[in-house]
Amino acid sequence: MTTALAAQPTEPVAAAEMTGAEMTGAEILVRALRDNGVDTVFGYPGGAVLPIYDAIFQQEEVEHILVRHEQGASHMAEGYARSTGKCGVLLVTSGPGATNAVTGLVDALMDSIPLVCITGQVPTHLIGSDAFQECDTTGITRSATKHNYLVKDVADLERIVHEAFHVATSGRPGPVLIDIPKDVQFKKAFYRGRPNTPHPSYNPRTEPDLALIDRAVALMATAKRPVLYTGGGIINSGPEASRLLRQLAEATGFPVTSTLMGLGAYPASGSQWLGMLGMHGSYEANMVMHGCDVMVCLGARFDDRVTGRLDAFSPGSRKIHVDIDPSSINKNVRAEIGIQADAGRAIAALLAGWQARVGRKAKLDDWWAQIDRWRARKGFAYRQGSDVIKPQYAVERLHALTRHRSTYITTEVGQHQMWAAQFYHFEEPNRWMTSGGLGTMGYGLPAAIGVQRAHPDALVIDIAGEASVQMTMQEMSCAVQYNLPVKIFILNNEWMGMVRQWQQLLHGERYSHSYSAALPDFVKMAEAFGCKGLRAETPAELDAKIQEMIDYPGPVIFDCRVAKEENCFPMIPSGAAHNEMILPDDGTDLGTAIDEKGKQLV
Amino acid sequence: MTQPGSAYFIPEGEKPVIRTTLAVVVANEPGVLARVVGLFSARGYNIESLTVAETDHEAHTSRITIVTSGTVDVLEQIEAQLTRLVPVKRVIDFRGDADAVSRELALIKVSGVGDHRVEALRLSDAFKCRVMDAGLDWFTFELTGSSRKLDDFIELMRPLGLVEVSRTGVATIRRGKAPL
Repeated sequence: MTTALAAQPTEPVAAAEMTGAEMTGAEILVRALRDNGVDTVFGYPGGAVLPIYDAIFQQEEVEHILVRHEQGASHMAEGYARSTGKCGVLLVTSGPGATNAVTGLVDALMDSIPLVCITGQVPTHLIGSDAFQECDTTGITRSATKHNYLVKDVADLERIVHEAFHVATSGRPGPVLIDIPKDVQFKKAFYRGRPNTPHPSYNPRTEPDLALIDRAVALMATAKRPVLYTGGGIINSGPEASRLLRQLAEATGFPVTSTLMGLGAYPASGSQWLGMLGMHGSYEANMVMHGCDVMVCLGARFDDRVTGRLDAFSPGSRKIHVDIDPSSINKNVRAEIGIQADAGRAIAALLAGWQARVGRKAKLDDWWAQIDRWRARKGFAYRQGSDVIKPQYAVERLHALTRHRSTYITTEVGQHQMWAAQFYHFEEPNRWMTSGGLGTMGYGLPAAIGVQRAHPDALVIDIAGEASVQMTMQEMSCAVQYNLPVKIFILNNEWMGMVRQWQQLLHGERYSHSYSAALPDFVKMAEAFGCKGLRAETPAELDAKIQEMIDYPGPVIFDCRVAKEENCFPMIPSGAAHNEMILPDDGTDLGTAIDEKGKQLV
Repeated sequence: MTQPGSAYFIPEGEKPVIRTTLAVVVANEPGVLARVVGLFSARGYNIESLTVAETDHEAHTSRITIVTSGTVDVLEQIEAQLTRLVPVKRVIDFRGDADAVSRELALIKVSGVGDHRVEALRLSDAFKCRVMDAGLDWFTFELTGSSRKLDDFIELMRPLGLVEVSRTGVATIRRGKAPL
């Protein structure tokens, strides 16, 4: 996220303001947003933010998108941020406005998405009195944000806003909240313009230690069975990091896998691509991780969905871990060489080191021959008949029909999310927006709106499940209001599919409350919102319906009826190692695939 | 290594738990103590003792001294997690530092008459306590020293009529001329 601040401020501060044009707190806020390059704020008004809304009304540089629920605002800001590399901004009122936004803040914290959240607060003298729509916003969000502020003096407001953008976008990006009491919004102070003074305590390290880079390159040069394990840190570092990763892969000849968050950093069409790794990752990626001798982890954090059973995780490998966050190194998995740095800077240094020390591709013929044998296992295989649409087929067709366009994909959370990760093949960074760490159902629809706002001419599709999408469905009204033509592509199997799958595997096929016996008619729902509704029920009609969705100029809800009891494979079951995957057709009795101990883990 | 909350894998057999003292130098701004303490509770770390006060009024710097315990991996995580907090300027771990000196102050109220009263006063003298306040049937002692010394004295006072204890928590500094 080192590039995020490059474009600001938009213009030099006028001399009159330097010498003392007084502004209200609300005006200072809006001016500071503008000076930090903000063009869009996602928000919802209320009593404690009315002065700010008044200031927004009287200017045109910062546009406001009116959401339908504050959670929607937070995910829209996330979608906006993920797809642009800029900071997303949301504005909500005190009390319920703030508490409703918390889910999106934690989501952004877990996935390292830069956000600035402005909350209104009751006037300073009422704080602590249980006033109407009061809550302890900074207390509630302390562990939901990277940092937060309560502004008690209008003289501090400008500095805090600039600092908030700096903290949100530098180092490991994350959400920052500014709580502004209503009286502070009215009070006056001078606006001075963005300062360049360094922060007294916050100075995240981004440059790698070159001695460690040398050791890492030396270790990589000895590898017989290496792998590049890449993650969201490369996306956050900016497009240059993805370009450098491609060069590093080309220079070394190492195979590349990625976490859910890192998809697109290395192109899915690249010859060294193994697919995503982890619980529902590709067979070849997980076997490579298990069997490698040198693992180069670049901007990923050894999440439990990636590692599986820790004491059986990649047992024979020596590990290099590059992470901008020192607490990620040695947290779950010990690294022989831990390098605290921005992923892009580290990759550049590794590439330069490799060119100087080795200067050619590593000889990995045996390793690639083994990888080809794993690839031949075809772990994503499924059978598409003529009557019912398989969800995997729906995503494959969606990819085939949209791949030649400028397309952005968001998802909700569950089986459809994994199928999207497996079957929609990403070629570029910032094209894939999904809730990875927190796993927030309801993320995808508002995120798509945020993406569409940032990229008005692009094709933005939310690959959704019928359960998740109902959590934030009301935001379709927002899409219609601003004519943001998002496409909501629902893989409708009437089940909370991932819950159903786990109940099948872990709980003796007792399907407790995972079936939605009543569902809305999504086509009529689309029409009620004022957008287009489409439905596909057979494989034969699927392509034409998808094309109709793409061609329609406004927002669309697509009800894609898919096979109801399809499972998402491969799957590393609870308490198992990477080489113990359940595959789609390997004859494993699903009822016994997870042992008693594994069933207690989640 | 321990991984509380792991969705996958809970290891068996813990590494040994060790105790250490951390000095956390922070910008003295509202909520900073809540951030530090909240981090410990949110991530399941222990706090055995905590002391905080502003140490540089000009620079608005406070020093939080925390006695904590955990496995080597956990202690490493605690330090890394503290460093991530925006107002934290420095974290110093005194683990294995032979030059580190720790002191704690306690105010100890003891009530009794006769032999108990005499014995309490005699022991307080042996421990180099100051008598801060006294009456005909009670003393309040002020004692400074290592936490261990305070524990020992308090245990001795228990059968002699211990009424109340107030302790400050540990302050730690390194010997020698150089600053940290």
